[in-house]
Amino acid sequence: MASSFFMPESKLIFNAQSLLRALTRIAHEIAERNEGPADVVLVGIQKGGVHLAARLSKLLEGIWTRKVLYGELDVGMHRDDIAQRAAPQVHPTKMPFDLEGKTVVLVDDVLFSGRTVRAAMDALNDFGRPAAIQLAVLIDRGHRQLPIKADFVGKNVPTSPREQIEVALKEDGATEDSAQLVKK
Amino acid sequence: MIWNRKHLLDVQSLSADEIVTVLDTARAFKAVGERAIKKVPALRGKTVVNLFIEPSTRTRISFELAAQRLTADVVNFSVEASSLKKGETLKDTARNLEALNADIIVIRHSAAGAPHFLARFLNSSVVNAGDGAHEHPTQALLDLFTIREKKGKIAGLNVTILGDILYSRVARSNIWALLKLGAKVTLCGPSTLVPRVFEQMGCRVTYEVREAIEDADIINLLRIQHERQRKTMFPSLGEYTSLYSLNKQRLEMTKPDVLIMHPGPINRGVEIDSDVADCGRSVILQQVTNGLAVRMAVLFLINGGKGPQELNSEH
Repeated sequence: MASSFFMPESKLIFNAQSLLRALTRIAHEIAERNEGPADVVLVGIQKGGVHLAARLSKLLEGIWTRKVLYGELDVGMHRDDIAQRAAPQVHPTKMPFDLEGKTVVLVDDVLFSGRTVRAAMDALNDFGRPAAIQLAVLIDRGHRQLPIKADFVGKNVPTSPREQIEVALKEDGATEDSAQLVKK
Repeated sequence: MIWNRKHLLDVQSLSADEIVTVLDTARAFKAVGERAIKKVPALRGKTVVNLFIEPSTRTRISFELAAQRLTADVVNFSVEASSLKKGETLKDTARNLEALNADIIVIRHSAAGAPHFLARFLNSSVVNAGDGAHEHPTQALLDLFTIREKKGKIAGLNVTILGDILYSRVARSNIWALLKLGAKVTLCGPSTLVPRVFEQMGCRVTYEVREAIEDADIINLLRIQHERQRKTMFPSLGEYTSLYSLNKQRLEMTKPDVLIMHPGPINRGVEIDSDVADCGRSVILQQVTNGLAVRMAVLFLINGGKGPQELNSEH
């Protein structure tokens, strides 16, 4: 990507084609890992994971030729830093199924400190006891602060803590899917 | 929109964006109330004190349940069983509560400005649960939440507030909030209870019920605030009922999709007919449900710290 004196420097991680390939590969890995009678549901973490969960459910429906349900989980009320920063924006959680006995694949766009995933696992408790929880992320950027590891990763991207990853999806109004590493 | 307020004292000082932030946040908390486990840990370890110096059931229970559903510890304080009866001042009572490490003090008081007074010297957050005839911000916010939920918008709607406007804090908070979000507000009631001075706030004032209700999208009914009227403001309750109550005949003059609202407690047969209160266009009980979600949102927002808001990349 072009960079100039006054623009923040950025590097392309995914374009539309490579992002689709990564998601397709994740879908196949989810299918491979959960062969047999496992009852798999996807849960996207607000905001970045919701559209990805919807896309993965479509891809998995193609592989399994059956309906694959997905939910939307907001973790704002479960964060451990609520009193430290301004209140986060919270969106309604939509969980149109019971999690009891299901294999839940949590979906997020970027895995960083791991605190969002911890909060998500806490929040899931309120909807039943899943048989297993797995984690799928489009990008793992490192810098974990908790003992959390993703089961399915689109791409591992080494970053410095000062950098930001910006994922733009068509569902959010982007002209084309992309993910970029932006230096702040 | 980043919420940076430590207190919720009134609607007058809120921006339109801040009001919308509360309403958006309340949507998420309404969803919490609809699931099997209705509790989230957002206020774990925090203490909320309900300091109610004036009687209330609905608002106090709503705040109490809101705090409990956020996992806060709640202490209820009512004036009958308190040292205020022994001559302690409000300031000392509040300071004592703060000495017990109360994080949020929810206050209802018969004196306008009591919450602002507390906020000046307390380190705790203060939420106004009704101060005299001044404001009742969470009631206005839940009314707007209900309107937006049912009508899909607020801007451009005709909202009529009918009844005792002069002594009503609900009316004042609603007027501020509705005007900020672009609704058109009409006030109606006996001229002694609806002085023309409200026109200066940007409202239409009329003393003809038909004129007030025929093009209304929302009719918000207010009860007569006997406890705040120092003298009789109209000849008789019977006359008030015959001139201003919302009954079946008057309901027929309204738009077919009008919403009937009332902050409660309702006086059946006075400002509203029993059948009207229970009809399909009445959303009075849904207001109560929404009030819980709005109060959870308010407690959640003011409990937030001063740091930057969660960034998208901080996963």
